Amino acid sequence: MARKLASEDLTPVAGGGLLHRRLFLKAGLVLATAQTATSLRAEEVAATTPRAKPEDPADPSWIHKPGLPFTGYGTPSKYEKHVVRNIGGNRTPQGDGVSWTPLEELEGIVTPSGLHFERHHDGVPDIDPAVHRLVIHGLVQRPLEFTVANLLRYPMRSRFLFIECGGNSNAGWHEEPIQRPAGSFHGLVSCSEWTGVPLSLLLDEAGVDPKASWVIAEGADAGLLNVSLPLSKLMDDAMVGLYQNGERVRPENGYPLRLIVPGWEGITNVKWLRRLHVTDAPAMTRNETAKYTELLPSGKARMFTFVMDAKSLITSPSPGQKMHGANVYEIRGLAWSGRGKISKVEVSADGGKSWAEAELQDPVMSQCFTRFRSPWAWDGKAALLKSRATDETGYVQPERDVLIKERGREGYFHYNAIVCWAVDEDGTISHVYA
Amino acid sequence: MSMLRCVAALMIAVSVASLAVAEEDTRVKGHIDGAHGSAAVEPAASANMRLGTPLTSDDIAKWDRTIFPDGRGLPPGRGSAKEGRVIYEQKCARCHGEHGEGGTSEELVSGPTPPSPDNPSKAIGSYWPYATTIFDFVRRSMPPAAPGSLSADETYAVTAYLLAANAIIPESAEMNAETLAAVRMPNRDGFIWIDVKK
Repeated sequence: MARKLASEDLTPVAGGGLLHRRLFLKAGLVLATAQTATSLRAEEVAATTPRAKPEDPADPSWIHKPGLPFTGYGTPSKYEKHVVRNIGGNRTPQGDGVSWTPLEELEGIVTPSGLHFERHHDGVPDIDPAVHRLVIHGLVQRPLEFTVANLLRYPMRSRFLFIECGGNSNAGWHEEPIQRPAGSFHGLVSCSEWTGVPLSLLLDEAGVDPKASWVIAEGADAGLLNVSLPLSKLMDDAMVGLYQNGERVRPENGYPLRLIVPGWEGITNVKWLRRLHVTDAPAMTRNETAKYTELLPSGKARMFTFVMDAKSLITSPSPGQKMHGANVYEIRGLAWSGRGKISKVEVSADGGKSWAEAELQDPVMSQCFTRFRSPWAWDGKAALLKSRATDETGYVQPERDVLIKERGREGYFHYNAIVCWAVDEDGTISHVYA
Repeated sequence: MSMLRCVAALMIAVSVASLAVAEEDTRVKGHIDGAHGSAAVEPAASANMRLGTPLTSDDIAKWDRTIFPDGRGLPPGRGSAKEGRVIYEQKCARCHGEHGEGGTSEELVSGPTPPSPDNPSKAIGSYWPYATTIFDFVRRSMPPAAPGSLSADETYAVTAYLLAANAIIPESAEMNAETLAAVRMPNRDGFIWIDVKK
């Protein structure tokens, strides 16, 4: 399939050397990728570590001896041990904090379950599924209690969905651009195949009173996290999530069951779900008043900002990685929207003066990560990389100055502005506001 | 929905077949490595899907910890700011500061004035729209080392202390189910609902 590049293939379609998005599909050419920070470190170690006898790639030792035995549950290669969640934000008390998904180390659209971001308010509870119950009560004809074993017997459905913390990317509000790997800045978002029972089945079984309009969801963690959600959304597409990426939900993601609320901010996807109180008004809990609301310049604050608006991010090249000199590169990134499918991602190499449409990799699914790719002939000069997502409702990811003009700088939550990475002439990449 | 109900009915038949397969699998596995015991395959829920167990009102009383802004759900009990100050110093000050000014955890005390560009405080007095929220959160979540350990009286007392420290109620006021629900917070009208209509 590979063929020689014709000169017209390398004709840019936008400033800074961005090429036609389908170039790689038709040309199959060999290209450079930005080197990850971790592989840079590995090379340094390899260069300085004396080795008795270097392995010959054509005849390495492992082709001459039996391999390791079978394992009950596989783990990543020991050479990938650096690909871990970045634990941050932990304060006193210890259980209140986050761990970030290393988005810059991952490919495709599914986040490995062990790398799904975490946000806990008081640690991960150790729940015995034989003891755990889900209770539905309030404005219902039949208050009900469900065992986990019984929930596993209901008809299920699966959806690939992102879950994003409402506080993801909040360093974007800072005066100075934060210098961290992309995942440690934007990695409070992950994407999984979630499988479970449509919540409408359980609510129908309980018989919801026509006067009901809200549901208070409560988790079984220390602190019994609670939030109020409109009944209409829960009846529409919410699930009681029992499986994540094919296996039972991990403890840190809500074992034995969590609420799945497609496209809505992370906190509404209540982990360790134990109680649904059907009612006619929100409870005005701490996490929907004091937190997860956004103070505007007017002094008023946005409340019940459930939907995660469209966002995109270039994961390669990104800060911490290094370019290999002038060459053709593949720009890689992720886009997602809580309002539906991503319809378009554009990339810019000149700080937003001109844009080229990126290729969206199949499958493109609603309220799910979409992987985008764009070929780029980097000329070795300073460049400013941006990506801009548009979703199927026509919503376009805003520039940072536009978002700040509308929201001010005290909102903390729901930062979804266009991200800019500066590529230096020496190939280093940093975060800039431009 | 009707599709799912059809699926549910079909699954009864399918599950009988898979039960047989599961038993065979167990035999094979046992033969190979001596392992035994496998999860029983439960029949799928019927089309009626009545797997929930009914709850009595006594059962619900044990589960229901929701407190609403109008005071629904507040338990019997009472507490004063003076009593609350003692509990606060013992159990809260380490993270929230001696006077609620904040520390490793967020500030709790500010003036009773809604936030502004000059003072974008999200402390209780300036930001929190409902006083019942304090009681609910303290009772279910605080202190983090032992959530749920405060009695109703202690929770009313800590709530009274925080409201008095924010100059929202007098130092001498007692908080109970009635007086707490009647407290009007300075920023009650400071919020705009975005993704759901009032």
